[in-house]
Amino acid sequence: MAKRSISPIDVYKLLPRTNCKECGEENCMAFATKLVNREISLEDCPPLLEERYRGWYQRIWEMIKPPMKEITIGVGDRSVKIGGQLVMYRHEFTYYNLTPIAIDVTDEMAEEELEKRVKGAEEFTYNYIGKDLKLDLVAVRSTSDDPKKFESTVKKVIENTRLPLILCSLNPKVLEAGLMASQGKRPLLYAATRENWMEVAKLALMYDAPLAVFAPNNLNLLRSLAKTLTEYGVRDLVLDPGTFPEEGLADTINNFTMLRRAICKEEDETIGFPLIGTPIVVWTRLSKDPEVARWKEAYMASVLIARYADLLIMHSLDGWVLLPTVILRQNLYTDPRKPVAVKPGLVAFEKPDEASPVMLTTNFALTYYTVEADIKSANVSCYLIVVDTEGISVESSVAGRKLTADKIAEAIKDSDVASKVNHRKIIIPGRAARLSGEIEDATGWGVLVGPMDSSGIPAFLKEKWPPKDEE
Amino acid sequence: MGEKKGEEKKSSIKFGSKLFELLSKYSEIELEDVEIEVGDLEIWLQPTAGVVAPPVKEKPTSLLEVKFSPPILEYPGKIVQVKLGATKGEGGSRGKSLVIGGERSPAFYMFERPMPNPPVVSLDVFDLKIPLAKAVKMHVKDVLEDPAAWAKLSVDKFGAEMVNLHLVSIDPRLKDTSPREATKTVEDVLQAVDVPVAVGGCGDPAKDLAVFQKVAEVAEGERLLINSVTLDMDMKKTAEAIKKYGHAVIAFTPMDINRAKELNRKLYEVLPKEDIVMDTTTAALGYGLDYAFTIMERARLAGLMGDQELQHPMSSGTTNAWAAREAWMDMAPAWGPRELRGPIWETVTALTLLLTGVDYFMMMHPAAVSTVNEVLKELMKSSRANPEEIMDWIKVKI
Repeated sequence: MAKRSISPIDVYKLLPRTNCKECGEENCMAFATKLVNREISLEDCPPLLEERYRGWYQRIWEMIKPPMKEITIGVGDRSVKIGGQLVMYRHEFTYYNLTPIAIDVTDEMAEEELEKRVKGAEEFTYNYIGKDLKLDLVAVRSTSDDPKKFESTVKKVIENTRLPLILCSLNPKVLEAGLMASQGKRPLLYAATRENWMEVAKLALMYDAPLAVFAPNNLNLLRSLAKTLTEYGVRDLVLDPGTFPEEGLADTINNFTMLRRAICKEEDETIGFPLIGTPIVVWTRLSKDPEVARWKEAYMASVLIARYADLLIMHSLDGWVLLPTVILRQNLYTDPRKPVAVKPGLVAFEKPDEASPVMLTTNFALTYYTVEADIKSANVSCYLIVVDTEGISVESSVAGRKLTADKIAEAIKDSDVASKVNHRKIIIPGRAARLSGEIEDATGWGVLVGPMDSSGIPAFLKEKWPPKDEE
Repeated sequence: MGEKKGEEKKSSIKFGSKLFELLSKYSEIELEDVEIEVGDLEIWLQPTAGVVAPPVKEKPTSLLEVKFSPPILEYPGKIVQVKLGATKGEGGSRGKSLVIGGERSPAFYMFERPMPNPPVVSLDVFDLKIPLAKAVKMHVKDVLEDPAAWAKLSVDKFGAEMVNLHLVSIDPRLKDTSPREATKTVEDVLQAVDVPVAVGGCGDPAKDLAVFQKVAEVAEGERLLINSVTLDMDMKKTAEAIKKYGHAVIAFTPMDINRAKELNRKLYEVLPKEDIVMDTTTAALGYGLDYAFTIMERARLAGLMGDQELQHPMSSGTTNAWAAREAWMDMAPAWGPRELRGPIWETVTALTLLLTGVDYFMMMHPAAVSTVNEVLKELMKSSRANPEEIMDWIKVKI
């Protein structure tokens, strides 16, 4: 909590204050403000990295460092950052490093199957409001418990993907074989337990790998292990309090919640590390119909995203399981300070002329971006009037009287679209159909009721535009 | 020489023991590189100037046992309890009544305090054949034109604890059903099922008021949940009808915590707090769920922290999840059939909001409803985890 009240002035006092602009900001005060808002990093100030400012650097870092450490898995441009959380609730500030998802393979999988799964993880992509949503890591599990098999499997995986790895085994010999096969790749080791912690810690140190700690439903043990491993010299830990999808679901979310609160609110440094959830555990119940397991895995993943997992290991590669998961994390990890609304006004697509269609939507960001994407995919030249509905969607704004005939009349007038087209026809969203008559009365424009969903715009225009004269 | 160097090192560590700790944890600077002039130290270690004995960094040889203390808080505020439905003994005709709300901690912080009442899942029933997603329609196609049969199906087959009747047909722009006719539908539903019933309007402030007044009167004593009163209605009249005939109401506002407070404040002029459930709008996963999530989370925390105008159980029109095109649209085969995508969309939307503190869900798809009910049941019970069961998950052959 103290973290949020850092004033840019406090940071500014510790900067070189030369206004050198090397960071790309106008001056040191601007840099300080961005730093406090976590929009720029301390490393972006080259002078501060000089020897003589070392002390100042350290003091600023102390001020701004998140209570949960940020950990990097993998190397290079495909490396994944996890954790680094500052707050418990997203309205307090914002969540960082959206929950990466690892897809598993095993060391007893047929080669084609393994390649197929790695490829599946690598190629998964879904375009959501202009962003490509992707999967992030591959988790290699040793089901054989055979170091040789594990080693050759890890090699195979590395040949097939640049995604960072999680090496999963409780057997230190197996983990070591995996590390040898992935030298320089900085995989996450999963996991240290009460039994194996010392041997695994040695591996983590020797190979400079981050280390997960597994203590299912035992936070005393989890904290003890974290303390012991830290004292042992392992600096990058990831904590797994256990994912229990059925009996113990309440314990699971309690554990994640308690840990996040202890980390972010009480700033317990001993456990100030990212948390890992394992929806894949739903598959341990072999009697389960795979469809049921997928279903459970899908909702377990979202429960864990909503309740503080900083990394997930999953098995399903099915689109319908992963789609809600990647969209939920995208939603919850956006900056809540970002406005809900886009700027109202007139938007021109392609090269509209005086015969081009005029359409209308609201300024709710999600509505707008969806409509925008659909118009672009139709490749048509047209005008779109974005009405100020205070950031409310079409259906809700009609119901809540934020989208009315009068508002629309005003928007048409302000847009000056009348001087740009030679017709007087406006296409309104299907969900605003009930306003048709009123709009015609208030504007003098003819109304064409568009599709209920903007995905129907291309087909609609093809069929209904240009309008027939008598309409 | 060697000895002297050792001494030097020792002294710098001595001064910088705090630094040592920080560096070893945050690894921003390699320790070997640290060359500190004592003068510098004084400047920048000022805040923690105390000289601490140098830690002897020997690697532990056995587990260092420490405790984790559950971080438990006290909250000055409490969410009111709202009773829904009334049994014969309570002046109505329901088989049982339900209570929602009463929280003194955030939702399912069971380590802090148990949840006083489990949230309730109701199923939507419409009085008019409306366009429905294919995946939903296949389950209710035989009852689409018979709200009473639809209600019965929801309770008997789909596990609805309440029925959420929407009188869509009263919309002047649609069928413009009269208040008297609409009331008949409510009576039919009350006859068909014995669970508590919520009654919704069409969104037209004048018509909704007229219908609610009539419905409230005819169903006197049943403790209906009237869905909903909005800022643009004649709130006083609506609230008076609800109070006079002993019902409860959902106060609905469009994604704005200040308007939610304003509406509640206005309702307090007529209604006791125990009659009000608040709905701050539900948006679908991918279509604004983040806004809905954060407003609900903020509202609930503010209520617990003592904001008197936000201490109400919350409701969610989770059916809005179906507005997401990923829920209903035909997509490339890789994304799976919409018969699965739709209900998982509704499920994820519901569970995400469940964790912010929603107490009353209005839902649609039987699979989503049964999943949420199952999860709810499990979430109400702590200390059921058996570590043995998942200890070996790594080795599981799938």
